[in-house]
Order: sequence, then structure tokens, then C-alpha cells
Amino acid sequence: MFTYTLRRLLFAIPTLLVISFVIFALLDLAPNDPTGDLPLTIPPEVREQIRASLGLDQPFLIRYLKWLQQFFVNEPLNILESLTGWQFGDGERMRVLSWATRSPVVDLIVQRLPQTLWVVGLAYLFGIMIAIPIGVISAYKQYSIFDQIGTFVSMVGYSVPTFFTGVLLIVIFSSYLQWFPSVYDTNLRVTDFASFMAQIKQMALPVAVLALYNASQIARFVRASMLDNLNQDYVRTARAKGVKEKTVLLVHVLRNSLIPVVTVIALGVPTIFSGAIITEQIFRVNGLGQLLITAIQGADIPLVQTLTFIFAVLIVLFNLIADVLYGILDPRIRYD
Amino acid sequence: MNKLNILLAGSVAALAFGATAAQAERGTDGDLKILFWQAVSTMNPYLSGGTKEVYASSMVIEPLARYDEKGELVPTLVTEIPTIENGGVAQDLLSMTWKLKPDVKWSDGTPLTANDLIFTWKYCTAPDGGCAQAAQYEGVKNVEAVDPHTVKITFEEPKPYPYSAFVGAQSPVIQAAQFKDCVGARAPECTSANFMPIGTGPFVVKDFKPNDVISFEANPNYRDPAKPAFATATLKGGGDAASAARAVLETGEFDYAWNMQVEPEVLATMLAAGKGQLVTAFGTQVERINLNHYNADPALGSKRSTKEAGPHPALSDPAVRRALSMAIDRDIIDEAGYGEAGRPTCNIVPAPEAYASTGNDDWCLKQDVEGANKLLDEAGWVPGSDGIRAKDGVRLSFLYSTSTNSVRQATQELVKDMWSQIGVDAELRNVSASVFFGGDPASPDTFQKFYADVEMYTNNFDGTDPEKYLAEWLCDKVPAPENGWQGQNIPRYCNPEYDKLVGELAKTADLEMRAELAKKLNDMLTEEGAHIPLIHRGQLSSHSVTLEGVKMNAWDSELWNVADWSRKK
Repeated sequence: MFTYTLRRLLFAIPTLLVISFVIFALLDLAPNDPTGDLPLTIPPEVREQIRASLGLDQPFLIRYLKWLQQFFVNEPLNILESLTGWQFGDGERMRVLSWATRSPVVDLIVQRLPQTLWVVGLAYLFGIMIAIPIGVISAYKQYSIFDQIGTFVSMVGYSVPTFFTGVLLIVIFSSYLQWFPSVYDTNLRVTDFASFMAQIKQMALPVAVLALYNASQIARFVRASMLDNLNQDYVRTARAKGVKEKTVLLVHVLRNSLIPVVTVIALGVPTIFSGAIITEQIFRVNGLGQLLITAIQGADIPLVQTLTFIFAVLIVLFNLIADVLYGILDPRIRYD
Repeated sequence: MNKLNILLAGSVAALAFGATAAQAERGTDGDLKILFWQAVSTMNPYLSGGTKEVYASSMVIEPLARYDEKGELVPTLVTEIPTIENGGVAQDLLSMTWKLKPDVKWSDGTPLTANDLIFTWKYCTAPDGGCAQAAQYEGVKNVEAVDPHTVKITFEEPKPYPYSAFVGAQSPVIQAAQFKDCVGARAPECTSANFMPIGTGPFVVKDFKPNDVISFEANPNYRDPAKPAFATATLKGGGDAASAARAVLETGEFDYAWNMQVEPEVLATMLAAGKGQLVTAFGTQVERINLNHYNADPALGSKRSTKEAGPHPALSDPAVRRALSMAIDRDIIDEAGYGEAGRPTCNIVPAPEAYASTGNDDWCLKQDVEGANKLLDEAGWVPGSDGIRAKDGVRLSFLYSTSTNSVRQATQELVKDMWSQIGVDAELRNVSASVFFGGDPASPDTFQKFYADVEMYTNNFDGTDPEKYLAEWLCDKVPAPENGWQGQNIPRYCNPEYDKLVGELAKTADLEMRAELAKKLNDMLTEEGAHIPLIHRGQLSSHSVTLEGVKMNAWDSELWNVADWSRKK
């Protein structure tokens, strides 16, 4: 298992390098321009100077190599410096700078990460917690009223887009009932019970929207996986031996059914980091998804490049984790 | 909850200050909440020319003089506006002198001096700095200090309208001490200075979260001790225009929201909640359809829309250009897409008042399908079997391009329908705004390349003087491969007569004469069909009914008088 993991990790390095090159090339080919959003009153000569000051006048390969150096050498050194207090060289290194804000990209990401983890991460957690019981009961009582309702709700949750449910919840709970705010206040600091309640309130709507979406997806997986296992011979054997129905269901069937579900959940973790672009935008949660979409709209290429590359790293990593988990959970699978 | 808070805050304030006097005092009105649906990226307008950045930074850093809501210059950091009459502008128009108010302090308590102005000029004109507002300092030869509170600006050639450098929200004064190590290529490295500039304005930045939210507090050293009325201000960004409108007009969570680009009927239902109101101001923005004077036939490949391609087979006929304009019902377009934020126009320079011509209103402002049909009949364009007019094998069928935006697409549909009534066909096309306006010479879809027969967008000019703007239609400003497609004469209009008049405008200092010339130039462009002006677009914002003192301004930052805003008691 260890050598397998090590081999996969080493293999990930060229994969990621190729990915970073492909992203960079794609962004370069895209006809976006960082001065595209500026008012037309800014004359073309000035736009040319702005482009030059962003380094856009240099050839493609030079820009790519510069980014590689900034991202793989300068940024890690910088993180190391701020963590340990040591200094490497004169401490003057070109960091990956965002074009729109002219500030280091990594600082922006660090600033945005907590909101995304809280809102999207919590929604993922709630989604899983809702999905598993619904999936189990739906499968155990297949075609019952509960199963029908569960199937209906998860179909609705899965197929109705979040930009619809999000706005719907705002109209009902913010505009009409005025229970929850429609705009996420990122300056809110939780210091006492009142501010804690305010934080819960402003997270309620976005978390609800995303939890519904996640839950409906995972509930379908749980149900399908449970149904597969319920008809297996070992279940009949257990029942024939006189094992209690509760034990059959929760110990034997559920444990076996969760193996593929765990893989699905692990593969879904990177999507937490990439945020929920639409939901974050609707509720104005300043998370990574919102950062990415504003960067794309503003043609802030270093920011888009760095963010998408980090997502690529996470996807590669969690694919590996899913594979390893699979091996641990299912003794029938051996990699070595 | 929110409503209750405001009520409570209001009554507490009323209790505390009702007894003393009606005298306003700094920081008594709590928090001012502003919402921009496009988030602010930096507080340094010299590094980002975006409107949102210019507006946000205007709360902190100020120019020497700014435009008020009527488009008139008012002094902010100076004692008076220099003119030829008061001797501030030299008779030869080669220099001007600004006199700083003696007691203006930066928010850190140090005095504002001539040195800061000289530095600001050097900062924006430094090579490799990529200063977004470099055009404001164009033609400035030198900025020098006569004494610590007097600054003399000399120009390379006579400037009849000298109010550009240090005037308006686009060119505020920054502090030399704070930015001294950030000149030229080092500019982007000064993150904290760019995010939290020290200014002379009513607010100081307390916390800046890029592309998200800015927290301000009242500047303790602001020159008017009674202002600003708000102790703090929050500027939240992001989302979309409709939800921003909802946050002010319907839920009342915010006091002010900028740029309500929302369908008029949607706004009307939100207004019914009674929590807020709309404010408009008309600047110089005009939505227009440019008519390509060169041939844009795709068969010509990369020669399209250049001089080599030759004149446009149909649009080079003045009758066609005029008929296209006459067929359009501007009132319908205005009603459907703009509502309060627009009015029909036939001018490319629609404001200020003194420059707005009525020269073409008689034939152009009202739809005249009959007249247009007659004009085309007379010019020999005959309807074919499909109803589309043609002459010598050239069909009146145009590729009509614009940027992606729901109002623009609706307008395209309307115009297509109106043109079909005079036997003209249009093929509609839309391109993502960041590509269309991106100016990438490698892309075939930019508005500069104009690989279409007609294209629609909005343009305007800064400040109140249209000289530079009118110079965009000069013959030598035509975008072409030789200049990297960088000219601003998008319709490829060329008339030596026009060029001559622009030259005259550049030499005229008398304001009345300037207005006369500008009107003449404006009329020429519409008359000869360089473009079809459609809608004079206003800026539409909304504010809470509890907010007082908002004076919507289209000539400067919308937040230009934020120091005077207060909470209704």
C-alpha cells in the first residue's frame, strides 16, 4: 500500500505540470483582456501601457516559466518564511500578483478560504448527514410512500439549479418573511451569543441551498448501493441465522453499502474548495468560488491560473485518497 | 431586526442631540452601508481605471477640484478655480496655478503640500507604472511648487480647457510620503498603500478585503469638523444588479446601491415596498449604432473593415445611413430597456446643457418609416422577392453586433423588427463584453476591428469638455492593422472638413465659441451618418428613504458629496 501511494504521488508530479501548462495555454488563447472592463474613456495608448506593466508584452513561454518559478519556488519560500521567521536571501521575491487587485494571489486565497470552508463545507457535511438516513430508509422500504417522497425531493433538489433555489429562498425568507439576511456580512466577528446567532442566520440560507443539492445527490448513491447489497446472499444468511433485522441492516448491509459512497464523498471534497460559484455569488459570500468568477470576468489571469491549478492539485490528491480509502475499507482490494 | 436597529439608533441619536441644537456633528449617524454589485479591487484609481475603484476611492482621496451635480467645477482642496479672469490661467494658455487651502491635513495629521501634487504627477507619468489615468496628465510638461501651497502646471502646448490634471475623481492627489517607494514598476508591490491610501477625504479605510468589502471610519482630520455625519461606512461588493436593488428597495439592508441596470418593470415592483427611491443623473453616455464605412464582407478575410477593403457597398450610400436612423423608434427602445435611466437622443454629445445640440432632432428623433422607405426608393434600392431591398446585386442585409447584455439583445430585436419595415434585414450577433471591449488585436470579435456592418455600444467622455472626445472621429484615428487596431474612430468616418473644425476647437478658449463648434461637430456626425445615436443613458442608483443629502452626479464620482450624507432623524 505504501509503495503504491508513493508511486502514485510521484506520478502526480508530471501530471500536474502538464495540467498547469494546459491551463496556462488555454487562458492565453482565450480572447479575454484585463483592460476590457475599463471605461472606454481610457485611451488605447494607456491600455497598451497597462498591459505592458502587467507583463503581457512578454512571450508566452517566458510568462509561463515566470509563473512556475513564482508559484513553485517563491510562494512556498514565502510561506516558510512567515511560518518560521527565517529569511532566505534578501526576502525580495516576485510573488504571483493578481492583476485586478495588484496584491499577492496567495493572500487573497487565504483570506477567502475560511468562508468557503464554513459555508460550503458545512453544507457538504449536512448533506451527507441528511442523505445517509434517507438513502437507507428509501432502500429498505423500496417503493413505499417514504421512498417515493424521498425520490421526488432528491430529484427536485438535484435537477433544480441553485440559482433558482437560492433566489427563491431569498424572496421567501429575506424579502417576504425577513427572517434571514440576503447579503452575507464578512466583517461579522463571533464574539458573543448575539453575533453567533447572526452568523448562524446569515449562513442558514446558503447552507440550506447547497445542503439540499448535495443531499439529493448522495442520497441517490446510498439508496442504489443499499439496494445492491440487500439482495446479496450474505444478507439472507444473516437473516437465516436469526440475526436481528436492525443488526442486519445497520451493521451488515450499511457498512458494505458505504464503501462506494465513501469514495464518492471523497471525490466530492475538492468541490468544497472550489466553492459553489453560483451560490456564493447570489448570497455574496466572499468565498473561493466568488473569487474565481470575478477573476474570470475581469480576465485576472494569474489569479485564475493559480486557483484552477490548486483545484487540480486537490482533485488529483483526493482521487488518490479515494483509492487508498477503498483499499482500506474493502479487504478484497489489494494494490500491491 | 434591521428596521428595529435603525429605529433604535435613530431615536437614541434624537434623544442625545435633540436637546443641544440642530448643529450637525461628526460621527453621530452610525454606519453607512453602500452596495456595489461589482466589488472593488483596489483603492488606488491610478492602478485600476474601473469606475467602481474610482468611486470607492473618492471617499478617501480627493482631487483639487471636482464637478458638482450640475457639471460645474467646485474647489475641494484649493481656494478657487483658476481662470483667465482671476489670473490663475496664463493668457497664453501655457500654464495654470492652483492655490491650496492652507490648513488641509492628510488623515495621518500631516499637512498637504505642493510636494504631494508634484509627486502625484510623477507617480502617474512614471515609465513602466502602467498608470490607468495617464490621459489626465497628457500634455503636462511640468508641475512645480511656487511655494508650499502654490502649484504651477505648465503645458507642452496651449490648453484652452486646462482642467484635467488633479480635477475630478479620476485624478486625486495621493500622499508623497506614503507612496514614495511605489513609483513605476514597483507600484503593484505596495499592497497596503494601494488598499489603504492616506487621503484628505471624509473617510479613512479601516479594513480592505479585495473584491469583497471595505470598512471605513470617519477621518479625524477632515477639514470640516462637523462632517461626515456617519461614524463608519461599509462598502460591500459583489452579486448582481437585481439583488442589489432588492437589498435597498425591498429588504432595506443597505442605504445606497450603485448602478441599477435592471429592467424598469422589475424596479417598479421593488419600489412598491416603499423602503427606498431611485436617483438618476444624466452624463454623457450615449448608446449608439456605429455604421461601418468600410466593407466588412467576410470574403475579404483580414482586409475586412480596413481601407484596402474599400467603401462599404451599401452603407457608403448616405440615403441608406439616413433611412436606417429614420426607421428606428427610439421611444420604444427607451421604454423597453432603460425607463428612467434613458431618453431618446440624436446627439453624440448629449450634455452638458450648453453643448447639447437640437440640430438633427427634426428628422431623426421621431420614427418615420414612410419617409425612410421613400428615401430608399428614390436612391434606387428596390425590394426583392423576399422583401429585402437590393441594388446592383447588393442586398441591404447587415451583420449587427454588440456585447452580451440582456438590454442590448432586446434592443437588437427591436431594431431588427423596425428595419424589416423598410426592407432591411439584420443578422444579430453578440460577443462577451470582456472580449468585445478587450481590444486584443488577435481576436476577430473586438469592437475596434468591427468585423460587422453595424455595431452597438455605449461610450462617453470624462468631465464636461468634449474636445478630446470629438477628436476621436478624425481621419487618422481609424483603427487599422498598422496601428494595432488602436484608433478610436470606430465607424471609420473621414471628412477633412470635420478634421479642420476639430483643429479650430483645439485653439479656441472662449467657452461660448467652444460650445458652438462642439455642436457643429456633433451635428455633422449625426447628419452624415457616422453613427446612429439611440439613447442618452443616465446613471441610475437607489438609496434608502432614511438617507439624506444624496446628490446624484454623473460628472464625477457618485459618492462625491458623501461627506454631506446623513441619516434622516
